[in-house]
Amino acid sequence: MSTLDNGVIRSPAVHAPGERQITFGQAILEAITEEMARDGSVFIIGEDVAEAGSVFKVLVGLLDQFGPERVIDSPISEAGIAGIGVGAAITGMRPIVDIMFGDFTTLVMDQLVNQAAKTHYMSGGKLKVPMVLRTTLGASRRSAAQHSQSLHALFSHIPGLKVAMPATPYDAKGLMKSAIRDDNPVVIFEDKMLYQERGPVPEREYTLPLGQADVKRAGDDLTIVATSSMVYVALEAADNLASIGISAEVIDPRTTNPLDTEALVNSAKKTSRALIIDEGYQQYGVTGEFASVIADGAFYYLDAPVKRIGAMNVPVPFSPVMEDLTIPTAEYVVETAKALCG
Amino acid sequence: MSETKDTKPNATELDAEHWLQAYEQMAKIRAFEEAANELYTSARMPGITHLYIGEEAIAVGVCEALRQDDYITSTHRGHGHCLAKGAALDKMFAELLGKEAGYCRGKGGSMHIADQETGNLGANGIVGGSAGIATGAGMSIKLRGTDQVAVCFFGDGALGQGLLYESMNMAQLWKLPVIYVCENNQYGEYTHNSKTAAGSMVGRAAGFGVHAQAIDGQDIRTVHATARLVIDRARKGGGPAFLVCNTYRFHGHHVGDIDRPYRTREEEAEWAKRDPLKLLEDWLVKSKQAESDVFERIQQDVKSAVENAVNYALEASFPSESEVDRHVYA
Ligand SMILES: Cc1ncc(C[n+]2csc(CCOP(=O)(O)OP(=O)(O)O)c2C)c(N)n1
Ligand SMILES: [Mg+2]
Repeated sequence: MSTLDNGVIRSPAVHAPGERQITFGQAILEAITEEMARDGSVFIIGEDVAEAGSVFKVLVGLLDQFGPERVIDSPISEAGIAGIGVGAAITGMRPIVDIMFGDFTTLVMDQLVNQAAKTHYMSGGKLKVPMVLRTTLGASRRSAAQHSQSLHALFSHIPGLKVAMPATPYDAKGLMKSAIRDDNPVVIFEDKMLYQERGPVPEREYTLPLGQADVKRAGDDLTIVATSSMVYVALEAADNLASIGISAEVIDPRTTNPLDTEALVNSAKKTSRALIIDEGYQQYGVTGEFASVIADGAFYYLDAPVKRIGAMNVPVPFSPVMEDLTIPTAEYVVETAKALCG
Repeated sequence: MSETKDTKPNATELDAEHWLQAYEQMAKIRAFEEAANELYTSARMPGITHLYIGEEAIAVGVCEALRQDDYITSTHRGHGHCLAKGAALDKMFAELLGKEAGYCRGKGGSMHIADQETGNLGANGIVGGSAGIATGAGMSIKLRGTDQVAVCFFGDGALGQGLLYESMNMAQLWKLPVIYVCENNQYGEYTHNSKTAAGSMVGRAAGFGVHAQAIDGQDIRTVHATARLVIDRARKGGGPAFLVCNTYRFHGHHVGDIDRPYRTREEEAEWAKRDPLKLLEDWLVKSKQAESDVFERIQQDVKSAVENAVNYALEASFPSESEVDRHVYA
């Protein structure tokens, strides 16, 4: 949703003067609340989503508004609730399945990958699975290897699934609403560290298309493609780069599947250099796909090979001194960008 | 669901000296957890941790019936299991603080303590995640032809996980020496198990033909006597068992869960009357097996041991940067 204004690309997510500011968590709650009010087939199920309002306190108040029939505390049964989501979706409901830590999505793999993702195709288009699986990603909470992963690449790999990973409150609300209305299974990853992040969110009704990138900052010398909280790392790096005369454009794909390949390619064509940042493990990560898309589409325009920075290829360590080494930082992005532009 | 029908076995009693040792183990766990809480509230420990206070009789009662070469698998609320199986205080605290001297070189933290020397195959951040591992250890015991036993500790919340049932079924089919110990502290995070577990807890295992029984998890004498029976039976090829130990965590789900809005102060007060340390102390005094001042001395001893271990851990050094990509592969 970039708008052209006096030749400057502005993102309503980053600058929207005079607009109401709410947190990322509030934006998620608003999206779910609005969609549940609009459509009686939407319900949410997960561990501690109702009485406790979720472990991250994002859903506080939802139970009071919609009651225990539609805001359902489940047993600790990830595979089970995902399966219930698939079955309910096929038969006319629009479930939101809540998996509190992205790490636990490994427990729902069959239901999501073999069932939800393939049902529409295998049935020759007869059945559809309009469900949302909302979960989290992101390290740096000192939670160690089983509570810190960013596993969105696993799902982005699967035809039939859509994957969204909002960075701002504005994007979170718009993408969540679209995900709920979409007739396909959509996995939405929320960075646990972003829930308190504030940003402008208009009071008026809006949705954001799945598959449309957003220019978070315009620039000429270098394209930085960044996802989820890495958008903030990219913006900080872009600030630092500006002070040494390098103008970086920051592009947020917002969804990895479908991917707005045109936005990535066009930006790279304009700047001739591209750097990709993502918090998933670098090996076989979404960064590889983005890089390939850019290398293919902008080959004759590029002045340097496309670079990518993911999380270090290690299980996330507990000790803060080690954990901090595994995540892309603004300093490292600046160093890499300088080398790329040198 | 509250499994109230406790089955009392014929207590195979230990002598007073052993009971005092068991008391000391429980007191050590309690002091450890109090110190961990203090490290958290004073912002000296990274992340959060889940305290075992209130449930000490289960870990100690079971582990006192195990040999050093027997295995355990533990949970996110695992400090008690690790200590009861013989872990050292200083290496435990060092791990909680992310230091190189910790059991996992700072890589695991509170939720992932493993110690091969004492047969601890690891705590686990995934609820129910160790059901398969413990059962696999049982399979290995059978294939290697030893008489070891594997104990799988897990919470009532893990009753929601399918893996547990797949595992128990196979353990019974193949008579694996695995004891499934369900620490039924009534809650999974912020939800009472009456809202998450249908039907009977013991009935789940009984359906597979696994020996299953619900016991008072606050009374270490009951826990220990029952554990001895099922462990000995498993050691002799009698197959798996499932124990539901009714208990209560005296603190919140984790150290940051201070208000505990999901349960009442009255309920907490009721359970506080059944403090496992107090119950053992009262019985030992009443049956004239110990003088009451003994307990005070044990408390002091474990507190100073814990204090020393905390200081050791605070002063220990963090791992070097080169540690970060070691041990990804064996
Ligand atoms: C598979 C999985 N789902 C959810 C969680 C989040 N979680 C951590 S502890 C916990 C509650 C566990 O309850 P219980 O098994 O009864 O153990 P307790 O905390 O009561 O000791 C939950 C849901 C998790 N760690 N793993
Ligand atoms: Mg519990």
